[in-house]
Amino acid sequence: MIFFRSIAGAAVVAVALAGAGLANAKTLTMAYDADPVSLDPHEQLSGGTLQLSHMLFDPLVRWTKALGFEGRIAESWERLDATTVRFHLRQGVKFHSGNTLTAADVLWTFERLQSSPDFKGIFVPFKAMNVIDDHTIDIVTDGPFPLVLHNATYIFTMDSKFYEGRSEIVKHGDSFASQNASGTGPFIITDREQGVRIEFKRFADYWDTASPGNVDKIVFTPISEAPTRVAALLSGDVDFIAPVPPSDMARIDADPNVDLVTMTGTRIITLQMNQDRVEAFKDVRVRQAITYAINNRGIAEKIMKGFGTAAAQMSPEGYLGYNEALTPRFDLAKAQALMEEAGHGDGFTISMMCPNNRYVNDAKICEAAANMLAKIKITVNLSTMPKAQYWPKYDERAADIMMIGWHSDTEDSANFYEFLAMTPNADTGRGQYNSGAYSNAEVDSLTEASLLETDDAKRAGMLRKIEQILFDEAAYVPLHWQDLSWAARKGVGIEAVINVQNFPYLGDLVIE
Amino acid sequence: MHILAFLIRRLFQAVIVMLIISIIGFSIQDQLGDPLRELVGQSVSEAEREALRDRMGLNDPFWTQYLRFLGNALGGDLGTSYFFKKPALEVILAKFPATFELVLGATFLFVSASIPGGIYCAIRPRAWLARFIMAGSIIGLSIPIFLTAIFLIWIFAVELGVMPSFGRGETVTLPWGWRTGFLTRDGLLHLVLPSISLAAIMLPLFIRLIRAEMIETLSTEYVRFAWAKGLAARRVWFVHAFRNTLLPVVTVGGLQIGTLIAYTILTETVFQWPGMGFMFLEAVKRVDTPLIIAYIIVVGMIFVIVNTIVDLVYTLINPMVKLPGAQG
Repeated sequence: MIFFRSIAGAAVVAVALAGAGLANAKTLTMAYDADPVSLDPHEQLSGGTLQLSHMLFDPLVRWTKALGFEGRIAESWERLDATTVRFHLRQGVKFHSGNTLTAADVLWTFERLQSSPDFKGIFVPFKAMNVIDDHTIDIVTDGPFPLVLHNATYIFTMDSKFYEGRSEIVKHGDSFASQNASGTGPFIITDREQGVRIEFKRFADYWDTASPGNVDKIVFTPISEAPTRVAALLSGDVDFIAPVPPSDMARIDADPNVDLVTMTGTRIITLQMNQDRVEAFKDVRVRQAITYAINNRGIAEKIMKGFGTAAAQMSPEGYLGYNEALTPRFDLAKAQALMEEAGHGDGFTISMMCPNNRYVNDAKICEAAANMLAKIKITVNLSTMPKAQYWPKYDERAADIMMIGWHSDTEDSANFYEFLAMTPNADTGRGQYNSGAYSNAEVDSLTEASLLETDDAKRAGMLRKIEQILFDEAAYVPLHWQDLSWAARKGVGIEAVINVQNFPYLGDLVIE
Repeated sequence: MHILAFLIRRLFQAVIVMLIISIIGFSIQDQLGDPLRELVGQSVSEAEREALRDRMGLNDPFWTQYLRFLGNALGGDLGTSYFFKKPALEVILAKFPATFELVLGATFLFVSASIPGGIYCAIRPRAWLARFIMAGSIIGLSIPIFLTAIFLIWIFAVELGVMPSFGRGETVTLPWGWRTGFLTRDGLLHLVLPSISLAAIMLPLFIRLIRAEMIETLSTEYVRFAWAKGLAARRVWFVHAFRNTLLPVVTVGGLQIGTLIAYTILTETVFQWPGMGFMFLEAVKRVDTPLIIAYIIVVGMIFVIVNTIVDLVYTLINPMVKLPGAQG
């Protein structure tokens, strides 16, 4: 399902070396573009936090590469009834502090998650967690809820005895949990200078003795400048980097000593046409004309240099809502005809705003889109700005067309519609990132219904229907799913541990 | 007493400068972006962000916020960094040694190269080497620093593999908490490329300046008189002429400290050098406003201190110069 492109023919070495275990312990030096803001897994819902959480903690279940689930703290699970899922916890799991994990820790973690401003939204459908015995818990949902396992990937069990009494979640200041951690994960932090480096060592009592991982020590350095990050890899100063800038891919590809791995991502990049600001955008023909006029395949090939997959919907392949009937629809003549039909044959002038450091090549994409719209006589006044300035503008809905990229926190299609397509509603929070003010009662009700449907086949039908409606009504302009990229020195088996969620399972990493 | 009066006056000026900088810093902070966006995940609701903003006091009127800041600042508290979760001043001071050592390394390089280079170009203006240096300095002036830096990394770290590509390497913590890279081989090795990049900005300017001043001095009456007296060439060049060349060089040098600090931001960012400049750029990206404001105040302070030192050095080189404001 997930499309791999392994350049330089990286073979998966994990299998061959499984069982070598810790006998030949290795050190991994790695450089990412940023380091996590805190050691507290519940402080900020971001890629950096989740990446770190998979090193220091273990979730109840985690994603497999094929977008399935595998047990971590939970050994097995079963659905008892429409609203209850029972989890059987693994026995003998040790925390870094030496404490033994029990169901009480999972409950404590769950309650803490419910108090976290960033995470509580995910757990709203979870009515209760009931401890049955020391190694059994039940998760009870409000109604029938299809995403229990999806959300369980966020329950990184914390050591309740270790944190007790000093577990406050502080967003803007010091806290015990932001500087100290005790989880069950494969690594322990031995040294940390924020913004400069973090050193990890392998946790000697890690429960997963079957893991092939042989990395004993990790030195993590944030290198925010892409050219420096690439140079650090090519010079051998670090073993593993991410992300790789598209402009350097050819060079890395050509180097015989390093492997480049890319993967189709799940972050959709879109443009939204604000119907509250522009009367013409209320006309479906004008919106369609715009989607016909923007050659998103061209953008993916020329501007993204192939580092993106042109999209005609929000759900990437592999998601339940992915509708294979929908394909990109660039057709300039048709776009022009639709404009004329709508009475806008002479075009009009609009404003457009985009960030210039948030998504890969974001500003260039917008420039290209603006030029493409000029062909159907829509004059675009484009302004681009750093994300720090962009977000306040986005919240104000400050331009007629605005860019937004979205990655579904639940890895489920419904999350896209909840935030990007449903009618904006300040009370429920639905449509928070629908700057186009697109509103369709059927999309709203289908999305809500899909969140109460536990039958996968029925859900898929609903979600695919939503994609079809959004496509037919040209609710927004789909551009592409942004790819993911990693590169490592030959012999570092990253391909086996990376995933589309972009949190490599470094505990299982094997270095030759 | 002159020096004391001068220093007191300077201190008074420094306080005013700090006040103005802090007001400017405070009034632009809304333009820097919304820090809440950097503190919370993207699905957190606007209402939730607004509540946090309220709790952090970001919704208070400008003067309430400013006076609160000023009150804290008097107690030495310039606010708490959102990202580092530590007092901003503490974060900056911890980063200061890295920047200072980089500036020191660069200064050592451009001073030790520009003085002989400039003098040579002045006394042998027609030699091919002098022409080569002058042509090179024009090119040097026009290459942006990040290009120099990436070029150096590419040649020496990636292609030749003789230099580290980023960071500060191994450091030693001195008893008073200063972390130095000067005491280890690894630390010194890491200093080379960033120092060259930073020095490359100053070098052409100083070569040209020293050359111009030296040529002018060499044509003055007293130098001609020295020649007429039959003094050795070395004595004329280095004692009589060069000493008088230094005066304008020190003045310009003092003014250039600002440029140097500005360029540490770029150099440190490219080399991932864990100093104040890199920290500042990251703080801007993260909308870490308390850290941004503290940084500009500290840099303002450094300016005042450096200018004071330059003025003092001035009097040492040329006893004829009086300290400004100290009436004799």
